[in-house]
Amino acid sequence: MTDKVVFRKPQCLTDKAFLYCPGCSHGIAHRLVAEAIDELGIRGRTVCVSSIGCSVRCWRNFDLDVVQGAHGRGLAVATGLKRALPDKVVFTYQGDGDLAAIGMAETVHAAARGEAITVIFVNNAVFGATGGQMAPTTLVGQKTTTYPKGRDPGHVGMPIKVSEMLAQLPATAYIAREALSSPKHVLAAKKAVRRAFEVQLAGGGFAMVELLAACPINLKLPPVDALKWVEENMVRYYPLGELKSPPAAPPARAAGGTGVGATGGEGAGGRTCAGGGCQ
Amino acid sequence: MERTFMKGNEAIGEAAIRAGCRLYFGYPITPQNELLEYMAAHLPEAGGVFLQSESELAGISMLYGAVAAGKRAMISSSSPGISLMQEGLSFLASAELPGVIVNITRGGPGLGRITPAQSDYLQATKGGGHGDYNLIVLAPSSVQEMADLTTLAFELADKYRNPAMLLGDGIIGQMMETVTLPPAMDQGESKPWAATGCEGRERNLILSAPYTDQELMELNMRLQAKYARIKAAEQRAECEQMEDAEYGIVAFGISARLALAAVDDLRADGVKVGLIRPITLWPFPENAFRAYPKVRGYLVVEMNEGQMVQDVRLTVSDMVNGRVPGAAPTIRFLGHGGGYVPTATEIRERVMELARLLREAVGASEAVGAVRTASASGSVPAEGGRRTA
Repeated sequence: MTDKVVFRKPQCLTDKAFLYCPGCSHGIAHRLVAEAIDELGIRGRTVCVSSIGCSVRCWRNFDLDVVQGAHGRGLAVATGLKRALPDKVVFTYQGDGDLAAIGMAETVHAAARGEAITVIFVNNAVFGATGGQMAPTTLVGQKTTTYPKGRDPGHVGMPIKVSEMLAQLPATAYIAREALSSPKHVLAAKKAVRRAFEVQLAGGGFAMVELLAACPINLKLPPVDALKWVEENMVRYYPLGELKSPPAAPPARAAGGTGVGATGGEGAGGRTCAGGGCQ
Repeated sequence: MERTFMKGNEAIGEAAIRAGCRLYFGYPITPQNELLEYMAAHLPEAGGVFLQSESELAGISMLYGAVAAGKRAMISSSSPGISLMQEGLSFLASAELPGVIVNITRGGPGLGRITPAQSDYLQATKGGGHGDYNLIVLAPSSVQEMADLTTLAFELADKYRNPAMLLGDGIIGQMMETVTLPPAMDQGESKPWAATGCEGRERNLILSAPYTDQELMELNMRLQAKYARIKAAEQRAECEQMEDAEYGIVAFGISARLALAAVDDLRADGVKVGLIRPITLWPFPENAFRAYPKVRGYLVVEMNEGQMVQDVRLTVSDMVNGRVPGAAPTIRFLGHGGGYVPTATEIRERVMELARLLREAVGASEAVGAVRTASASGSVPAEGGRRTA
């Protein structure tokens, strides 16, 4: 008798357990990225650039070539890599502190140049690894260890909508925001992540997916409540959906939808990597 | 071999392209702009990538990405821009990545001015950023060496998987001289460690952060062992007329050329003086000093407030403690920061002062202070704000 495989670990993930806290969204984000790379059959020619923060050790989990850059410099490192290896697939995996605080200059300029890089931007509205300090994306009133009374816009301004900002730059090709807060949204996020890689494979420019994520330990909420907090608070300020998509392909779906209306082709030949030379 | 007439900054660019440099990143800052512009004009012709970065912070990380991909790559800047790169340099060293960094120096601190200065010696040779690491640092003193040491920088960076810096004077960067250009090379050996996608092999990881405390300790031990190998194998210095020298001048870069004029003048007057010109500032050429244990005094000449002189003192102190027979030279310093250029006359007078001091000190070693007073009130000209240590 042979067992029928109905669910398996993506090939792009190692056997190592995630180090993230209970309820953290990074595990889901990792899996979506790994599934997209598997499906597109590009594992053997993909290089990951990791950032500094909770995901600094994503190399333990992504079974890929990984380059670990300095804090915030992920898109500069990725620029050097992609310019050196124009035929390879380069993506960054960055948190909101890394991408939007210390690395904002590198982010904006890589986007302005239209670097053909895929960006996975995990926004959990807080500095997670360092213990819950305010991030550029922290919501108004949200309590953090550096602003325990909550973010006061009169003192530190309003949270930055990075996706909206980058979508205005002419050289960005694909910008979308999804949430990792429910199965429905996770499915939509999966499509967006895959689309962000497809745009690079099609020779397009800068492609970024912002993933709204839960950080229960720093929100001081149980995991389920943290997911609810993302849906009720983050999604309200950071609306979901595609902000920008290459004109060649039809838009994936309307904002807030269920992720139907898949993009055109299946990319570079589907699941060609399984058992191939990219072990 | 092709002989031509070039500016120092341009000679670096041409030598880099011929050394197989295929990616260059840079940000405008004087006095290195000719190099930036040379690469913009000529690297694409060679099939390479020129990219003007939005900052030096970004530029050094672009270099990090390019060399992580296994390519020969270079970045250039001048002093304040190099300060901004220190984060990236520490990361390059920790991830054991090659890469060539050019610093065509200007006067500091702060923004300073584009006046000539050698004030970045300590920053370049002691790591510069956080943590225990070293760059390989090469100091050209001619346009020819701007080219030759650029080639060497690429070779050493690849050989040791360590960033290498060309520390060049603004004067030489801006100066035109004849130069014999090196022949074109390929990109060097293939780099099986590079991150290019894991097709057909185990994955490669380019990491700056070790996973455990133990691994960080091991990284540091591995780096120090590598630095010891570099110290043993790669010291370079030019020694002029040192064989019978009683006195030695120590100077690098443009200062050494001025010092050489003083050596010729002093030799004509019968003073047994020579020149040690460190070419590798790190590793510091200690062996050159050990080769001449009979030197009684060194005059260190720099265009700063006394930076390399610290390494000369350490080297001599180690020689004395290590009982290199006869070695106990006196060390004096001539130099100033902020735009000072020593003259051959000044150097010659300071060597004669050192010689007189050592002559008078024979048999009167307990009265060194008095000797210095007598010397200062003698025929030595006014100091004009210059320093002797």
